Amino acid sequence: MTRAIFGRGIGSAAAPIPNTDMSAALASLSMPSPVLTASGCAASGRELDQFFDITKIGAIVTKSVMLRPRSGRPTPRMCETPSGMLNSIGLQGPGIEEFIEVDLAWLEARGARTVVSIAGESVDEYGKLAQKLRSAGGVDAIEVNISCPNVTDRNQVFACDPEMAANVIQTVRRQSDSQTPIFAKLSPDVTDIAEIARSVVRAGVDGLTVINTALGMVIDLETMRPALAGVTGGLSGPAIRPIALRCVWQIRQALPDIPILGVGGIRTGLDALQFILAGANAVSVGTMTFNDPSAPMRVHNELALALQERGFGSVSEAISYGHRGADVFETAGEGEIELE
Amino acid sequence: MPVQVRGEVLDVRRAGVYYVLSITAPGIPEQFRPGHFVTIGIGGEESGLILRRAFAIHQVQSRGVYGGTLDVVVGVQGKGTRWLSGRRRHDTLDIVGPLGKPFILPKEGVPCVLVGGGYGSAPLFMLAEQLRERGCRVDVVLGASTEEKLYGVLDIKRVSSMLTITTEDGSSGTKGRVTDVLPDIMERNNSAVVYACGPMGMLAAVAAIAAEYRAYSQCSVEESMACGIGICMTCVLPVIGDDGITRMVRSCIEGPIFRGDLVRWDEIGTIPADALGAPALDMS
Repeated sequence: MTRAIFGRGIGSAAAPIPNTDMSAALASLSMPSPVLTASGCAASGRELDQFFDITKIGAIVTKSVMLRPRSGRPTPRMCETPSGMLNSIGLQGPGIEEFIEVDLAWLEARGARTVVSIAGESVDEYGKLAQKLRSAGGVDAIEVNISCPNVTDRNQVFACDPEMAANVIQTVRRQSDSQTPIFAKLSPDVTDIAEIARSVVRAGVDGLTVINTALGMVIDLETMRPALAGVTGGLSGPAIRPIALRCVWQIRQALPDIPILGVGGIRTGLDALQFILAGANAVSVGTMTFNDPSAPMRVHNELALALQERGFGSVSEAISYGHRGADVFETAGEGEIELE
Repeated sequence: MPVQVRGEVLDVRRAGVYYVLSITAPGIPEQFRPGHFVTIGIGGEESGLILRRAFAIHQVQSRGVYGGTLDVVVGVQGKGTRWLSGRRRHDTLDIVGPLGKPFILPKEGVPCVLVGGGYGSAPLFMLAEQLRERGCRVDVVLGASTEEKLYGVLDIKRVSSMLTITTEDGSSGTKGRVTDVLPDIMERNNSAVVYACGPMGMLAAVAAIAAEYRAYSQCSVEESMACGIGICMTCVLPVIGDDGITRMVRSCIEGPIFRGDLVRWDEIGTIPADALGAPALDMS
């Protein structure tokens, strides 16, 4: 079997293998790498396993699964934008039962660590999804997608309301195995992301995935109508990287100890390093996997070298290193500003 | 199994309004079957155009001075294809392939007709060769809006039993569309299989004619796709499965070749109400 990895400089076979300790942890989930895939950008891992060994990265984060089979939205579902893309897939998927029988079973047999992303239309649905996963094997963590912009009622994105977000998390926590870490995936489309983060942490979440796509749109100048059948869509790719990084930074400032999975436009090991320095414990490579199917593995290799070049012996030494020095961690009460 | 390789451009040549790129792509020609496609990264490692572009494989050579090489035909439609058309000898490209399910070939030497719209003729050349090797009669119909948008007329003539050209403006061949001449050709030759590649509207019309003549049809669809490898879910279209159930299937993985009678052509761009997981059924 030939597994051709496209050698882009740093990640190529010719480069010396850095001896950086790449082990990483997200709450109780221990991984040999801090680089994961991102939900909706890796299906259930099978296709990517043709391009790199998926057991070598941190984990596969599967595409958000719903209770029942779902057709998603009509096409066009996608539109390229400067350094990014818009999508409005609408959570197409097989439903939780087929997912457990086919996809999850395959991932478990393959020996890949798996973070199962779930999406519901109501608090009750999230609870049922968690219940179904409780008896399934091969679930290393659950990512609760409370921030998909491509839902029927776009005003009902749970992650835009601290109370609704907390309700979902409480329900999932109650219905899940207490040993399974639960992550909430947050939306950047809020006024104060730290407020949402605090709310879901109080509701019992074990970690945060930061961020989901940002809502955007494009008008097709030939038809002079919205380019996507769904009118608006989620913007992803390097275009949103600075926004994602800012969100990780703000949450790390507000919550010094919560595990953070940083996501948003990561293309190279140096991009991943920025997220780790800003406070991410691990990172997901999402849209750029469409551009380079071996990107998650390449980013892992590039990150190992980037850490070594900067004198870090391990990933954990670099986490939040960007915050050092000034008394940056907020010790005052929420929302208070101390004047010198 | 698809591979990701760094290819080197050997040659870029003009052909009417199109560009033909010959690229080294070790590992891809060896696995090639007609109908397969490749995706090519655009603009290099720092590019702001992040989506790969998909191209049907036109020709392959698995041996030779450069090892395995392949040709793709590029029609300039936007920034990405313009960048590709500007590549020069020795430039490198990031190539993934072979992708998709290839055309299914008949076991016996039955009469076939190949229909190409514009540069949709690209994957039909090697298909024609392989069909001829199996002893099939191979009639070819190429159509375009105007003469310069036809691709490969002289080359495909060599591998076809009979070649018919149509242009909408009458600048070459019969004035009209491929579907104006197809019924006659099928009737005269008793065509058993129709292979088609071109715009969706043409494929829908060709599939309907094939069904009318009780011929088996194989259509290579063109849906815009972000990844080409089955992970993004953008390139879906409604296709009827063996069990009679319509699903929104990925054209990159389950296609790009589909049986013409199983695609719900009129409902592309919609979710048919009876499709698996359609909103209408969500109420149940």
